[in-house]
Amino acid sequence: MTWEPVIGLEIHVQLKTRTKMFCRCAAGFGAGENTQTCPVCLGFPGALPVVNRRAVEWAVLLGLALGCEIPGQAVFSRKNYFYPDLPKGYQISQYDLPSCVNGNMILPTASGDRVIGIVRAHLEEDAAKTVHVGGRSGRIGGADVSLVDYNRGGTPLVEIVTAPDLRSADEAKRFLQLLRQTIVELGLSDAEMEKGTLRVDANVSVRPSGSDELRTRTEIKNMNSFNFIARGIEAEVERQVAVWEAGGEVRQETYDFDAASGTLTARRAKEAADDYRYFLPESPAARIRRIEPALDLERATVLVTGGLDRLWDETVAAGADGVAAANVIANALVGAGVEIDAVAPAELARLVEARDRIPRAALDEAIVKLAEPGFSADPYVAQEAVSDTSELEPIVDAILAANPGQVGAYRGGKEGLLGYFVGQVMKETQGRANARVVSELVRSKLEL
Amino acid sequence: MAISKEEVLHVARLARLALTEDEVERLTEELDAILDAVGIVGELDLADVPPTSHPLDLVNVWDEDEPRESLSLDEVFANAPARDGDLFRVPPTA
Repeated sequence: MTWEPVIGLEIHVQLKTRTKMFCRCAAGFGAGENTQTCPVCLGFPGALPVVNRRAVEWAVLLGLALGCEIPGQAVFSRKNYFYPDLPKGYQISQYDLPSCVNGNMILPTASGDRVIGIVRAHLEEDAAKTVHVGGRSGRIGGADVSLVDYNRGGTPLVEIVTAPDLRSADEAKRFLQLLRQTIVELGLSDAEMEKGTLRVDANVSVRPSGSDELRTRTEIKNMNSFNFIARGIEAEVERQVAVWEAGGEVRQETYDFDAASGTLTARRAKEAADDYRYFLPESPAARIRRIEPALDLERATVLVTGGLDRLWDETVAAGADGVAAANVIANALVGAGVEIDAVAPAELARLVEARDRIPRAALDEAIVKLAEPGFSADPYVAQEAVSDTSELEPIVDAILAANPGQVGAYRGGKEGLLGYFVGQVMKETQGRANARVVSELVRSKLEL
Repeated sequence: MAISKEEVLHVARLARLALTEDEVERLTEELDAILDAVGIVGELDLADVPPTSHPLDLVNVWDEDEPRESLSLDEVFANAPARDGDLFRVPPTA
């Protein structure tokens, strides 16, 4: 089998504005440590960031050069993470409303023009420079202290995200060279990889040639020249092909490329630092993952995609069993067309708890009325289903006697008919019978 | 409870805030009250209301790209718990 690399790039470009993104401290190299800092870029409480007009204009200019749409409104959000290179505890970045979206860049190749999609380009602020000192091995992980220079903190960055449209390490390299040239000619940045004014992360996966699936991707960081990027991607493509061909599974991981040895090292998870949160609603995917352990993936997905998970959360918080609550909400409530947002979780929790002991008819009626203002579960949970076998037995006998054909079929192996008999008994008792007791009774009689 | 003691401790650890037992208790209560108050918004039907990115109807409030004076080093480090030359010294990262 031959394999096809699928590569997308995330490119950070440091803009060469005179001042920072959200304050008017001078930006740029060479000044004494921490001499280009102020209450805004040091994150002092109460400081008010003010956007750099030129940075916005340049981001739009770059977006236009990349064929992007420029939405009428762009909004800055807080990307929360806790790390000393970010004194506020969050990075100001564009999130759901970036300055530039849906562009593309033409990449001329020997086999004709390739169109590389640009998903978005957005503005954000750079982090400060951290130096790690001390430590047993001299490696970052063993540092005794870190020293921070906030001069770079707050410098404007444009982050460009491509679609996973690149198909080889060489194509990725040539795309970057072309993009860099575009940026330099527009006069927006020096875009020099060695100086860190152009930084590239690559997302890499592979798939069987000719397929259009997207397999698990890994991210490669710390590649500080075009050649290293090409070599890093090549090494990662080779590694992934080997993993798949050996029958393994590529895991989602981040790798650092070591240029000296040409090898990739998986990053150890930075504890806590990657606790990224935007102050935005929890995404559907994250909610599925959160509630999955209490249920299973299927139920969690049904709840979230059906807009039912908030009610489930609150019903469980009110004391209901998770699986039972999920079943009642996803089946009974949805089936009855109940207006989910109007349901009082505490009352629903009481119904879920009582569901096996109250008459089916009472449960059904309660569910239909759940969304009514001021609904109380009291009158319903107070009812007791008929569980007395001496009362139910004659009814079961009569039903079985009246349906000799179905009885024969059941005994012949069609066990699904159990539900039919239970249903008949429920109908006969107008829903007052305890379904579990009826079910056991029917089964014991049929298996005689 | 809208927030647990464990969550308060987690956030405090992320932000490197050393809290006493009493402070954790007090902050848990206070944050709980704040989150409950904010949670009232959730009772409204806001399906057709766009998210508020800023409380005031302001757009394009920006500055020209002209440098202004930064703080003096004395001011920069006035509240720093630890200084190493002209650098901030912080606990080791990563």
